[in-house]
Amino acid sequence: MGHVQRHSHWEIAVKRLEGKVALVTGGTSGIGAGTVERLCAEGARVIFTGSNQAAADAVCAATGALFIRHDVTDVSAWDGLMARILEEYGRLDIAFANAGTENGDGSIESIGIEGWNTIIGVNLTGVMLTVQHAMRAMARNPEGPVGSIIVNSSMNAHRAMGNFVAYSVSKTAVLALVKSSAVHSGNRKYKIRVNAVLPGVVETAMIANLIEKSGDPAATRAAYEGLSPMGRMASVDEVAGLVAWLASDETRFCSGSEFTMDGASTAGMNGV
Amino acid sequence: MIDLGSQRLKGRVALVSGGLRGIGLACVERFLAEGAEVVLTDLEAPDTDHAAATLARLGQAASYVQANVAQEDDWAKVLSAVTERHGKLHILVNNAGIDLTGPVAETSLEGWRRIMSINVDGVFLGVRTFVPLMAASGADFRGGASIVNVSSIMGLVGMSEVSGYNASKGAVRLFTKSIALEFAEKKMPIRANSLHPGFVMTPLLQEGFQRWVDKGVAGKAQDLVDLMSSKTPIGRLADPSELASAVFFLASSDSSYMTGSELVVDGGWTAQ
Ligand SMILES: NC(=O)c1ccc[n+]([C@@H]2O[C@H](COP(=O)([O-])OP(=O)(O)OC[C@H]3O[C@@H](n4cnc5c(N)ncnc54)[C@H](O)[C@@H]3O)[C@@H](O)[C@H]2O)c1
Repeated sequence: MGHVQRHSHWEIAVKRLEGKVALVTGGTSGIGAGTVERLCAEGARVIFTGSNQAAADAVCAATGALFIRHDVTDVSAWDGLMARILEEYGRLDIAFANAGTENGDGSIESIGIEGWNTIIGVNLTGVMLTVQHAMRAMARNPEGPVGSIIVNSSMNAHRAMGNFVAYSVSKTAVLALVKSSAVHSGNRKYKIRVNAVLPGVVETAMIANLIEKSGDPAATRAAYEGLSPMGRMASVDEVAGLVAWLASDETRFCSGSEFTMDGASTAGMNGV
Repeated sequence: MIDLGSQRLKGRVALVSGGLRGIGLACVERFLAEGAEVVLTDLEAPDTDHAAATLARLGQAASYVQANVAQEDDWAKVLSAVTERHGKLHILVNNAGIDLTGPVAETSLEGWRRIMSINVDGVFLGVRTFVPLMAASGADFRGGASIVNVSSIMGLVGMSEVSGYNASKGAVRLFTKSIALEFAEKKMPIRANSLHPGFVMTPLLQEGFQRWVDKGVAGKAQDLVDLMSSKTPIGRLADPSELASAVFFLASSDSSYMTGSELVVDGGWTAQ
C-alpha cells in the first residue's frame, strides 16, 4: 500500500471535512483507498467497504478509518450496513460510490452473459444501491436532508472502448443515474448534491500490475500514458483531491454535473 | 462556512480580469485569503470611489491595472505591470464579460461585435499575452500554471433571445479545449479549463434582470430571481463565492491532472 503514505505533497492546511461522516465503497485499494486517506486527512470520519481484509487492515492502520465487509451487489446487506453507520455515527454526509469492476468484459461479439451481468451488477446496480441508501440516510440527518454523493464514472463514459463493452455502458449509464438523482433531490427540496467524477487512466496498483504482467511493460506503459495528451496517467491522490473537493461545502452549488479529470484525454477525442 | 485561512496559494501570482465586482471580485478575495498575490484589471479608473474603496479593502497583496480586455494595447500594459511587479504568473482568470439579450432579428452588428470583442477576443488576448510568462512560471508548483476561462451554462445549452451571449460563451468553451490540448501536447506546464456558472447573484445578473423589467417582461427584478430559483434544482441562485471556490480548485495543485475540462457550477440547471 505504497500510496497510503503520500500526505507530503498535498497542500492541506485546513480540514474542510471536520465533523462529516463519509462512506466509500470499494475502499480497500486504488482510488477508493486513496480517497479514504484523503477524506480522513481533511478531518472526516470514514467508513469504507470491500472484501479484501488484509488490504483493508492496512488502510485502517494508515488512516484510522473503519472497515465494514460489504459487497455493493448484496441487496439484503445494505439495510444492515446503513443501520450500523447511523447507529455508530448518527449521520451521513458524504458517499463515494466507487466500487467497480471490468472482470469478464469483452467486445460486443465476445462478452458472455455472466461477465455482462457481473459488471452491470457492480458498476450500475451497485452504484444505484449506493446512491439510494446514501440519499435515504442523508435525508434523515439531524439538521435536515443535506449531503454530497459522488459517483465514480470514467472518461470512458464519453469514450467507449471496443473491448470493454459492459464497462463503457455502465460508466455512461451512471451519468443518467447521477442526473436523475440530483433532479429528484431538488424536487424534494433536499440539500443533497449528486455529482460524477470522470477520471482518465489512473495509475493504481491494478494498472501497475497489468503493465508489469504484459508481454512488453514499456510499450504497455507508453500506451496508457499516451491516452492523455499530458503524456502521463493520473495518480490516485489527484482523483482523491477532486472527490474531497466535491465532498466539501466548497461545492454547495454543484449538483447533477460531470467532473472530468483526464489530462485532456477527452477534450479532443483523438481516438485510442 | 468554509474556512478560508488555509493559504494554499502562498507564493503564487494571480491575474483576474474584470476583478472589481461580481465573480471576478470573489475570485480576487479568495486568492488573497489563500495567500496569493493578485493583480486585477477592470474598466474603472483606480480613483473612482468604488474602485478606490475596493482596492483599499483588498490590501497590499492586490494591485490594479485599468484595462479593457478587448484592447490589445491594454494587455501590453497589463503584461508590463505584472512583469515589473512580480516577474511571474501562475493563475490567469479570464473573467471579464458582458451580456446581450434580445431577438436575433433586432440584434445590431455593433452589439454583436461588442460582445464578441469582450467575451471572446478578451479571453484570446489574455491567453496570448500571458502564455510565455505562464510557461516560464509553471514549474514553480505541482500542477503548473492554470488558466480559467469563464464561460457559462450558456456556453453549453441555448436559450431563447440570448443568441449573442450563447455564441460568445460557446466559443470560450472550445477555445479552452484547444489550448489545453496544445499546451499538454507541447509539454508546456500550463493547464486550461473552462468554468460554467449557472445563475449567480452579481451586478451583471441584477442589471440584466432590471433590463427585462424595463422591457415589461416581469413586474420586478425579484420576480425574476424567484423564477430562476424555482427552475434551478438546488432552488436558489449562486453566491459569487461559490464560483470562486471552483476557480480556487482549478488554480490549486489539487487539480493538477485537470485540463481541457468544463467545471459546471449551476445548481443542477443543465442536469434536468
Ligand atoms: N452572473 C451570472 O449569472 C453569470 C453566469 C454565467 C457566466 N457569467 C460570467 O461570469 C463573468 C463575470 O460575470 P459577473 O456576473 O461577475 O459580471 P459583473 O458585471 O458583475 O462583473 C464583471 C466585471 O467585468 C468588468 N468588465 C466588463 N467589460 C470589461 C472589459 N471590456 N474589460 C475589462 N473589464 C470588463 C466589469 O466592469 C465588471 O467589473 C462574465 O464572463 C459572465 O459572462 C456570469
